[in-house]
Amino acid sequence: MSKLQALTNTVVNWVDDRFPVTASWKAHMSEYYAPKNFNFWYYFGSLALLVLVIQIVTGIFLTMNYKPDGSLIPGTNVSVAFNSVEYIMRDVAGGWIIRYMHSTGASMFFVVVYLHMFRGLVYGSYKQPRELIWIFGMLIFLCLMAEAFLGYLLPWGQMSFWGAQVIVNLFASIPVIGPDLSVWIRGDFVVSDATLNRFFALHVIAVPLVLLGLVVAHLVALHEVGSNNPDGVEIKKNKDPKTGIPLDGIPMHPYYTIKDIFGVAVFLVIFSYVVFFAPEMGGFFLEHPNFDPADPLKTPPHIAPVWYFTPYYAILRAIPSFLGTQVWGVIGMGAAVVIIAFLPWLDRSPVKSIRYRGKKFKTALVLFLISFIGLGILGAKAPTELRTILSQIFSVIYFGFFLLMPFYTKNDPGTEPVPARVTETNTSRQLAFLMYVGIAILGSFVFAKLV
Amino acid sequence: MKNKIARIIAACALLAPLTALAASGGVALDKVELRVANAESVQRGAKVFVNYCLSCHGASSMRYNRLTDLGLSEQQIKDNLMFATDKVGDPMRVAMQAKDGKAWFGATPPDLTLIARSRGADWLYTYLRSFYRDSSRPTGWNNAVFDKVGMPHVLWQLQGDLELRTIEGKAEAKGPVARSWETVEHVNGKDKITTHQLVLTKAGELTRLEDGKANMLDFDERMTDLTNYMVWMSEPAQVKRESIGYSVLLFLIFLLVPMTYILKREYWSDLH
Repeated sequence: MSKLQALTNTVVNWVDDRFPVTASWKAHMSEYYAPKNFNFWYYFGSLALLVLVIQIVTGIFLTMNYKPDGSLIPGTNVSVAFNSVEYIMRDVAGGWIIRYMHSTGASMFFVVVYLHMFRGLVYGSYKQPRELIWIFGMLIFLCLMAEAFLGYLLPWGQMSFWGAQVIVNLFASIPVIGPDLSVWIRGDFVVSDATLNRFFALHVIAVPLVLLGLVVAHLVALHEVGSNNPDGVEIKKNKDPKTGIPLDGIPMHPYYTIKDIFGVAVFLVIFSYVVFFAPEMGGFFLEHPNFDPADPLKTPPHIAPVWYFTPYYAILRAIPSFLGTQVWGVIGMGAAVVIIAFLPWLDRSPVKSIRYRGKKFKTALVLFLISFIGLGILGAKAPTELRTILSQIFSVIYFGFFLLMPFYTKNDPGTEPVPARVTETNTSRQLAFLMYVGIAILGSFVFAKLV
Repeated sequence: MKNKIARIIAACALLAPLTALAASGGVALDKVELRVANAESVQRGAKVFVNYCLSCHGASSMRYNRLTDLGLSEQQIKDNLMFATDKVGDPMRVAMQAKDGKAWFGATPPDLTLIARSRGADWLYTYLRSFYRDSSRPTGWNNAVFDKVGMPHVLWQLQGDLELRTIEGKAEAKGPVARSWETVEHVNGKDKITTHQLVLTKAGELTRLEDGKANMLDFDERMTDLTNYMVWMSEPAQVKRESIGYSVLLFLIFLLVPMTYILKREYWSDLH
């Protein structure tokens, strides 16, 4: 043994006597056994972690030059906050790349998390014994939405201002306490400098702190029960009698750490393409009207949220006001998010993975996907009569998917039984997957053109 | 499966005319030739910008010395492009107060730093070329892209005088027509077509009336320069951004992705 190794051992032993560094490494990496049949859908957990790190690191550097100050620069109609973003874009060394990474990261966070959640839906990852992982995940999703909403106010552009105005006013529609509640949130009677300051505080420290804690809880809970897989087979049921290691399990490190690094490389290609060649992403990642400084006296003709909120925004607009209040739309929008958390108890099927589920669930899932994407497209557009009716139909399907789930999942036998051990993927599955992705993308484009 | 895909494509082709229908109405925007990396064109645009726009509009996030990115020296900027300040590190502020602008034009002239990113290059290019004489307006000018705009035609000496002609139905461009476009209205289930023509009545420094025809090429070219300047100014780092982007993507696609893939294959080869 070389001297260096001896020294390393001494240091590690010294730490191990005081802190479980080796034990933690083993429990979560080198001796955490994950199913060996993870496919494409299993990249998005680690990618979400990567984007979280990107957001935190770029965010730290942005706060060094950003000023949450809504007051106008004397003689102009440009605010200090708006100008400080342009200062970052122009005068701070490397500022534009940091800012674009942060703005692109916000959207990519939702891309990755939506795919991660869809994975859970397709393979039944929320089912017993992983209910709590799903709950933690939903809380992370809520934090993420809060984080995105709060952060979007900071550039203090027209969409920042009016978007916040619309969303905070939603709270005002709550009976009795609504008006006071919205004033309490804003800290003023309109969105103002006071609102900007508190949103800044919440965006840079309060919500990220909760988010980080929840991510830790999400991972600890996952490593307690073990990962699900595309077959929905519990690998802990088939252990090597001698070693006690699951027969279908492989150590997280090095197998999945290395595989995830490949996933990171592919992700970075897409991420970098957006950052360097299409940071506005055609107005979907950075909305064009947000390059106009906030003007409290000039309402934009069409206030649209950023793309990741559009499905819920469409539900909000689809529900008409009745009994003299608009609160129903707000309740509908909130329920659309919260209801996802109840999936573990709505799904009555003993089968986890879509591979061994019956026709009824598969049909429901396709309808749900169509309605979710459809709502997303409709929410990004100005409302017309046709679009409102379509939004209403899709909203009914959206809620129907969840509320009727106990009935259509109860007796829904699949075409083949769940195998005892995990299976490898095959070409026909891969081809079918590519075909579904193709149909979904093509269908979305055609729908977006038509409505 | 091939058959299936062919059918889907055929179905999409059937939908194409529907989308064309939905796009009618409103003023069509002319496409501008974007050449932000062409420093000479952007320099010419900068000259027009500081001479004509900067009197009323500010560009409060754009520093004069950033023009060095276009290959100009600070001395050249000081000598030729700075009128409102003597400090080359200052932003392009306007001497006019925002509230005065509101009193004089009915609306504060917007800051132009980012106007190309909020309005779009084609909008600016079309807007700049669409002012026409309108005696009903306080300034005597109106704009075909931005109806009842508060801004007068600042570039009038360069472009000359335009008048707007409105003709019912389709009409051919006769005489010195600078631009012509049609709008479609749905009246009682029928399409009512109206032709709008901007006619050059008096030539300016950069336009010519030749044999009863309008020659706008030089003016359009100057407006292309100006639009490109404003697009460049909205994000001076964009030229550098794209050039770095190519290296980053080359590195990722040809080095990191294949290397990590080979590494993964190597590690996973001892399984089974």
